[in-house]
Amino acid sequence: MQRPLNPRYLLRKSDIAFVLIALLILLVVATQGHAYYGRLHSKSALDMKQALVRKLGLTDLCLFTEARYTRHLSQADLHTAFQDHPMSLEHFPSGSLLAPPQLLKRKYEKLVP
Amino acid sequence: MKNWFLKQRYLIDYTLAALLRRKGKNLSLLAVYTLVVFLLVSVMLFSHSIKQEASHLLQAAPELVVQRMVAGRHDLVPAAYVEKLGQIRGVQRIEGRLWGYFFDPVVSANYTFMVQSDEQLPAGYIVVGDAIARTRGASRGDVLSFRGYNGQLFSFTIDHTLSHDSGLVSADLVLLNEQDFRGFFGIADGQFTDIALTVRNAREVRKVAEKVALALPDTRPIMRDEILRTYESIFNWREGMILVLLVGGVLAFVIFAWEKASGLSAEERREIGILKAVGWETSDIIRMKFWEGFLISLTAFLCGYLLAYGHIFFFSSALFAQVLKGWAVLYPSFALVPYVDGLQIATLLFLTVFPYAAATVVPIWRAAISDPDTVMR
Repeated sequence: MQRPLNPRYLLRKSDIAFVLIALLILLVVATQGHAYYGRLHSKSALDMKQALVRKLGLTDLCLFTEARYTRHLSQADLHTAFQDHPMSLEHFPSGSLLAPPQLLKRKYEKLVP
Repeated sequence: MKNWFLKQRYLIDYTLAALLRRKGKNLSLLAVYTLVVFLLVSVMLFSHSIKQEASHLLQAAPELVVQRMVAGRHDLVPAAYVEKLGQIRGVQRIEGRLWGYFFDPVVSANYTFMVQSDEQLPAGYIVVGDAIARTRGASRGDVLSFRGYNGQLFSFTIDHTLSHDSGLVSADLVLLNEQDFRGFFGIADGQFTDIALTVRNAREVRKVAEKVALALPDTRPIMRDEILRTYESIFNWREGMILVLLVGGVLAFVIFAWEKASGLSAEERREIGILKAVGWETSDIIRMKFWEGFLISLTAFLCGYLLAYGHIFFFSSALFAQVLKGWAVLYPSFALVPYVDGLQIATLLFLTVFPYAAATVVPIWRAAISDPDTVMR
């Protein structure tokens, strides 16, 4: 009489691991497909936004509205970050996420001996 | 070759069985490793998507913006400057822009008031950004009142709201006509916030900027390239909170690798001694441990990446929302267009998987070459 097959030995642990990792890799590849189709799908919305930027002459993204120098990052001057009161230190949370724009640092670096 | 694959498969079977014998410890390790990868990949995907979108959108920004500086501060520009700059060769179009900030105490939010030059709204009418409409609970036809520079109440009727999709550039905008703007902020005729120049030939922009600086020494020309470079370095790894996150992530990996490389537990040493005693070769033991490190780190990386992708592009960076909002009341929707920098992800894969797998092998080598009897004691 033949013994019934033990299900524990039909699928080895390495087989399960390979299948899981293959599935994860497949999902990672799928994200690339999603990103590609997402960009295609968003093209009209991006073009609409770009047209608005051109029409209004906008210079910055509306990422952080709590402070002027983080709202219009590219237009900030030396004073805006520290003009709220004497000895003013950086106190807006978004100021710790964003550094001063490159053009400010480049323009004034010659003042430092 | 076939035998080699079969051998590796048996080693992986044993490795997985050994990992499952210490389920709690290894699942915790996998979870924490996944979390660190999730955090790093989330930041990478978010910053790359923002940069790409900024780069695309701000291509339409004015080629040159000229600000007047008084004692290092941005000041109003007189109309005479507009006429003077219009005489510079290469300038196709020149426009004095009117825009400014307004703090609305009703909702404690900052708005950007702006005059739309090519399309004048009727007096008393405004166009508002989606975030303002959402925050004030207002829509087309509603009346919003703001206190002007002299304390006088100005009431405006909403003509329409800007679309939700354009929130990343227009969430806090209030568009109004020029007379309303001047009356509201007390800016006299003949003064502008700054000047926007359109230059016919893109290669002449720098030369025109030099001419502007020479013609008007108290001004600061800002080129579109500089605006784009500002956003290319946004959320830079070398600055601010992003640096703190990176250092935290790197330290976490270093702690993992150090914990693995600093030595084996008594139970692990005993296990290796038993394997040597029953006939395992040193190379097989090292391969077995390599597979252990490799499988854990690869699984953690793949899970962390997938979770990060879902977090940024399906859940609109929900976990970062509070950090990004800060003290702001108005904020755009962070439904970003998916951009993935393959090179960054591949670099992170290389830096997270292979060092950890290698660090797992180091202490094993010393135990694997020792006498089994010594190792088991």
